Amino acid sequence: SKKCYKLLHHFFFHRVLLKAMKAAVLIQRWYRQYAARMEVRRRYTWNIFQSMEYADLQDQIKLYNFLGYLMDNFTPSSTERNLISHIFRENEVCRDAEWERYFSYNNITVPDIYSGPRLTFPLDMDQAAHLVEAFKNKQQLHSRYVLQLLLETWKLLRVLPNINRVSTCHSKEITICGDLHGQLEDLLLIFYKNGMPSLEKPYVFNGDYVDRGKDSIEILLILFAFLLVFPGDVYLNRGNHEDHIINLRYGFTKEVLNKYKLHGKRILKLLQKIFSWLPLVTVIDQRVLIVHGGISDTTDLALIARVDRHRYVSALRPPKKKTPSRTNVYADSERYDEMIICKNRRGSLTFPKPFGARESFQRRSLQDFSSTVARTLGEEFEVRRRQAEFSLSSFSKSHRILSSALSSDSEPESSEFTDTGNDEWKQILDLLWSDPMSHDGCIPNEVRGGGCYWGPDVTEGFLNRHNLQLIIRSHECKQDGYEFCHNRKVLTLFSASNYYEVGSNRGAFVRLGPDLVPYFVQYQATSMTRGLSFPQNVKRTEHTALKVLREQLFVHKSDLLSAFQEIDKENTGLICLNDWASAIERVLHLDLPWRVLHPQLVSSTTDGKLDYHGWFRDLALKKPSSEHIEQTMLETLYRHRSTLETIFRIVDTDNSGLITFEDFRQTLKLLSAYLKMEISDEVINELVISTDTNNDGSIDIDEFMEAFRLVDKSRLERGKSLLKPATDTFLSIHTLIELAFGFFFFFFFLKKHSFKFSLFLELKQQ
Amino acid sequence: EVTETSKKSIVTFSEIHHFLLSDTIITETQKRISNAFDVFDHESNKTVDVREIGTIIRSLGCFPSEADLHDIIAELEEEEPTGFVRYEKFLPTMTKILLERKFRPITEDLLLQAFEVLDQQKKGHLEPEELTKYLTQEGEPFTQEEMDEMLSAAVDPDKNVILYKDFVSMMTFDDTR
Repeated sequence: SKKCYKLLHHFFFHRVLLKAMKAAVLIQRWYRQYAARMEVRRRYTWNIFQSMEYADLQDQIKLYNFLGYLMDNFTPSSTERNLISHIFRENEVCRDAEWERYFSYNNITVPDIYSGPRLTFPLDMDQAAHLVEAFKNKQQLHSRYVLQLLLETWKLLRVLPNINRVSTCHSKEITICGDLHGQLEDLLLIFYKNGMPSLEKPYVFNGDYVDRGKDSIEILLILFAFLLVFPGDVYLNRGNHEDHIINLRYGFTKEVLNKYKLHGKRILKLLQKIFSWLPLVTVIDQRVLIVHGGISDTTDLALIARVDRHRYVSALRPPKKKTPSRTNVYADSERYDEMIICKNRRGSLTFPKPFGARESFQRRSLQDFSSTVARTLGEEFEVRRRQAEFSLSSFSKSHRILSSALSSDSEPESSEFTDTGNDEWKQILDLLWSDPMSHDGCIPNEVRGGGCYWGPDVTEGFLNRHNLQLIIRSHECKQDGYEFCHNRKVLTLFSASNYYEVGSNRGAFVRLGPDLVPYFVQYQATSMTRGLSFPQNVKRTEHTALKVLREQLFVHKSDLLSAFQEIDKENTGLICLNDWASAIERVLHLDLPWRVLHPQLVSSTTDGKLDYHGWFRDLALKKPSSEHIEQTMLETLYRHRSTLETIFRIVDTDNSGLITFEDFRQTLKLLSAYLKMEISDEVINELVISTDTNNDGSIDIDEFMEAFRLVDKSRLERGKSLLKPATDTFLSIHTLIELAFGFFFFFFFLKKHSFKFSLFLELKQQ
Repeated sequence: EVTETSKKSIVTFSEIHHFLLSDTIITETQKRISNAFDVFDHESNKTVDVREIGTIIRSLGCFPSEADLHDIIAELEEEEPTGFVRYEKFLPTMTKILLERKFRPITEDLLLQAFEVLDQQKKGHLEPEELTKYLTQEGEPFTQEEMDEMLSAAVDPDKNVILYKDFVSMMTFDDTR
């Protein structure tokens, strides 16, 4: 019986073990399925963000096209003249002495109550560290010190070469960081993990320090401070966002003006100069190239080394030229601000071949504006020319060349200078704007409107020609913070974590020792993600992505409606899922997996068919109270809102955030002509009235743009059922979301979870 | 779906058979497969990394084990493995899997039972170490990453245990959202 007992025991023991194993397998099988579905959601959420960014970049092209349209078609009436000249004119002409006076900080007094850092120059390491600490504690540097620091930076940058050359001798490891985009938390995290810049710890920063994030100026000040303290160990590259016109669109200008209400304009002007003086590329040990965007098949470092980089102030402005002419302007590097000059319009050098379907892009590249602008503003240039000082002798040769180049339709003589100018500009655009692609070749970068897409063969050729082994670039967000391509010869490095949304991606930096083998460190600024589990993270990010996507869908309502109605010929108001998906892709061209996404975008179907009118209602835009504003017009304005906003900000020359009613009206009328849409005066008035104006003939740009924000309708509904809004007017979105969120959370979530109030508060805050 | 169309409460075998093989259902299925495939087709050239196959199959609602996947992948790979799977090969295999309803879902009850088996002392909860031991050592072991991910969602932050009943109902609820 003992044996029997043993056998039975064995048998049951094994059975239990077996059972446990089976249970484990089951749980594993189940969880892996769940994780896979989370992964898909994470993946398409990422796709959405990327395609949204693509769509967003198209706005830039819309801006170019709009400006180009103005130039091509506009002989401004006397009333419109002001506006156009606002859009294209730069500030007053200044000479060195005048600049110094303009940027002078000496008469700015710092009040005693100011508790922030008080800098003394020359800076030292302690002050730089102190500055970091101060910003960590959310202090703001006084404008006096800002200007002083920037002036010192400007002085230093002007003696730096276009190509930084760094060496890893003395066993120094070099740390390289990618895009930061105003996300101070990430820079602090990098310093925390890696140490601050010093003699033993050299750093290379690869551009795009500003825009999008909210602490762009702080990042710049920190980087410049370390540059001043350790000029041999801190290297800064220029990114495509180090460009004042881009800053108008993407938030840096706004940030500076908000933080520095009195001196912001001067600070921005000085930064404009500083940006143009930032070096273009960095080379380590003559083996590794670090550049913000990338290369093209014509990139030539020898040429890059020779350019006058500071003449290329903005991607949207052609370079200054050192030549006078009868109807043209003289521009010497430091004496005058950039002027628009006349170039022969022979079609862009960058894109010599027609590029097929994308006609608007083909017609107009970043380089094409100059000539038409000159014609329109001929009078103005005449005035400036008279004000100019120039020496004829040195420029008589180029004078001849340029005067022939003035007649826009004539064939150019080999105007070598004009060629060089164009060529140099293209070189710089390529460095700052290009993206790698997987197939061979080199084609214009139509998504960004500048630079190109370059293939593995171009990388190979470039590395061989210059005897290099690796290209490190940034410019594109990567989920894991970095990504290799082109057979590990090109590395994309991105240092702004949670770029699209909390949890969307990690950031990374890389260390290179004398062996030049990259060592990566990844991170994610987690003050918001701490405490969220992986599925919760995915869902948060997904929610934001879908919200943005719904916006896009709504904005294209008219086109989508026509597409649906084309399919639904009997006008039943219903459409099946497949047709819905293919129609959307036809209209939006976002290349997203619509069928996979449909449960998130469509609340219900009957018999597998969607009631599309009802669906549009669900996506609705929160309109200004007036019903007279036509849907299509609102949609169109919404679609072009970033162009509108950028124009407003350009026109707002005193950077007050207000533009005159007249300029506002003018801008809308110009836009309506361009879009071939009727925007009558009544409609414009309606638009103005429905946003809260000061009734003093001026319009607050921010308030106006606020009207184009979409409301999360589902949240709104839940909030509404529990609390009726007091009035019918345009409620602040934040209030609504607060309310809706509160009630939604309370009733819905509580039911399912054992609930912690502190957790609720934390999430609510997020 | 079949009962809806015929409005009876009993379904005959021939109806199921007919339904399963009807054109619409095949096209629908293939469209689903194509869409799921596209999410992972990064180069837009109708190929996906072989390491993503498991995720794709699971995203289509199947619950294969790792061993099942191993077999499927062996079938899908080229004679000379390239590390990529082409759509032309994937589609017929996946269609068959879906039409035959292989790798059926695991119900909430079954899952709960599995947790109860692991909870030998019948405490009503599991310690993180316990669960970790089982899932990283038994069956088709989790990687540390997988284990960490699951624990982050499963462990009750106050009591530091896994209340598996709640966990299961929360996860299955999530699925339906």
